[in-house]
Amino acid sequence: MGKKVLMKGNEVLAEAAIRAGCKHYFGYPITPQSDIAHYMAKELPLIGGAFVQAESEVAAINMLYGAAGAGARVLTSSSSPGISLKQEGISYMACAELPAVIANIVRCGPGLGGILPAQGDYFQATKGGGHGDYKMVVLAPSSLQELYEMTVEAFNIADKYRVLVMIMGDGNLGQMMEPVEFKDKEDIIDADKTWATNGTAMKREHNVITSIYIDPEVLEAHNNKLQAKYKKIIKNETRVEECNTENADIIVTAYGTVARIIKNVIKEAANAKIKVGLIRPISLWPFPDEAFIRNAEHTKAFLSVELSAGQMVEDVRLTVNGRKPVYFYGRTGGMIPTEKEVLDKIKDILEKQGG
Amino acid sequence: MAVVFDKPHALVDVSMHYCPGCTHGIIHRLVAEVIDELKIEGITIGVSPVGCSYNNYLYFNCDMQQAAHGRAPAVATGIKRVFPDKMVFTYQGDGDLAAIGTSEIIHAAARGEKITTIFVNNAIYGMTSGQMAPTTLLDQVTTTSPYGRKPELQGYPIKVSEMLATLQGAAFVERTSVHDIKNINRTKKAIKKAFQVQQKGYGFSIVEILSSCPTNWGKGPLDALKWIESNMIPYYPLGNFRGAELEV
Repeated sequence: MGKKVLMKGNEVLAEAAIRAGCKHYFGYPITPQSDIAHYMAKELPLIGGAFVQAESEVAAINMLYGAAGAGARVLTSSSSPGISLKQEGISYMACAELPAVIANIVRCGPGLGGILPAQGDYFQATKGGGHGDYKMVVLAPSSLQELYEMTVEAFNIADKYRVLVMIMGDGNLGQMMEPVEFKDKEDIIDADKTWATNGTAMKREHNVITSIYIDPEVLEAHNNKLQAKYKKIIKNETRVEECNTENADIIVTAYGTVARIIKNVIKEAANAKIKVGLIRPISLWPFPDEAFIRNAEHTKAFLSVELSAGQMVEDVRLTVNGRKPVYFYGRTGGMIPTEKEVLDKIKDILEKQGG
Repeated sequence: MAVVFDKPHALVDVSMHYCPGCTHGIIHRLVAEVIDELKIEGITIGVSPVGCSYNNYLYFNCDMQQAAHGRAPAVATGIKRVFPDKMVFTYQGDGDLAAIGTSEIIHAAARGEKITTIFVNNAIYGMTSGQMAPTTLLDQVTTTSPYGRKPELQGYPIKVSEMLATLQGAAFVERTSVHDIKNINRTKKAIKKAFQVQQKGYGFSIVEILSSCPTNWGKGPLDALKWIESNMIPYYPLGNFRGAELEV
């Protein structure tokens, strides 16, 4: 491992992208993620790349389309309202099978909302915020070390499957500082990019990047191809962390920085002789179903804790499928649940469960 | 036997889907001839729009990307920033460029993005069946201005070339027409210069080409060409608005 550096989350993400071979960034300013753009504006010209401040998020995602189609490793970043504007382009890129990484440093909504941390974009990210049947890999790191490693990985996943990968961090993750240990060299996969529009050099047939298929049979076949690819991703790229789940009376599920609060709750609960476990989905799509199904055998109940009015809890319910009760506790508007609030909720649930 | 007429190499040898009398085909050929003459097919990447020419990626032999409605200049920006030494062009209609894509074209020009835009202005939405465009003339009847375009209701047609010529990043701006042979030749010259302006790295270049839509204008092909001359050119004067002096 290389040296340890104290850095801000947004800058870690930008540095990780550069280490992953990303030389082109397109974005539009929005709090709380603008440090990513600042970092790229400073660094990319020095390594022969390009930083473009687009006129809108709509333009930025379409610049990403062009640059990804040209075969480059590319990044755009934004925060919730800006990500909403990118949805059109996300759907087009998914259909055209363009690999790229999109960072969403989520802020509280709906509407213009506020600038504080939230997890209210779970539905948009995992259920297809744009039109049509598509999926995008959504990764939710909970520490800056993980943010670094996962950003590098995101570029590899994008290239390997020709898909979009979203790094979903809440405002906490973007704004906080933590030590990060960078590797001397990153593992970068050697991806096939013979499909890219980089000029025929008069040596091959022309390449076409498109998302329009007017013939219904051709479009259905294309959809089937996308779905087959998504199945492969579900099989290969599901990521989850489990803590203390084996003998847990109740399993809390939380992702991103909220999972860190739950880890403290586990300790406090242990003092009160309550066995609390944690399932932390690291990939929000694909969702780690198996961890829930397996633990549903022995735990009494599940509790999803989110910075939302209840979004991931719907996937937990779908997965648990009535085997055990599923509860929810959430805060919105940029408010963060305290350890005590969560512990009180746990005690309340276990009382109901007769435990 | 000497070849007196051949298809440009930069055009794929397939039949096009355009309506009889539509001048898109002529404009495609002119672009392809210029690509051949400049010997840039192998380093050119084109961007197709949404509209009648949405699938011209099938017609151009160079690498092509198909863009979302109005976003071609942003897509072209992405490509050009990855390949500063390659040639990138967009091909866009008036609905695509002057309505939904106004922001993208203005800012690509303002940034002096080194791309070339072929802007086909036929004063109507063709593909979606004849709706009013930002470039639809006053009193022109369309499916969404059935009583004719009235300034008090629908405002005035946008003069895109004049507007873009106010931007310093727009190195070359010219409006031409393809309603007769003389003007077709002038159009080709303008397209060639626009590509050369990109090659030289002067900045953004655009050729606005007045084009016919017999189907949605409800006219025969010849009458449609006459209508360009009698109705469009008086409102959209032909000529260079920027960059005539540039050495290429």
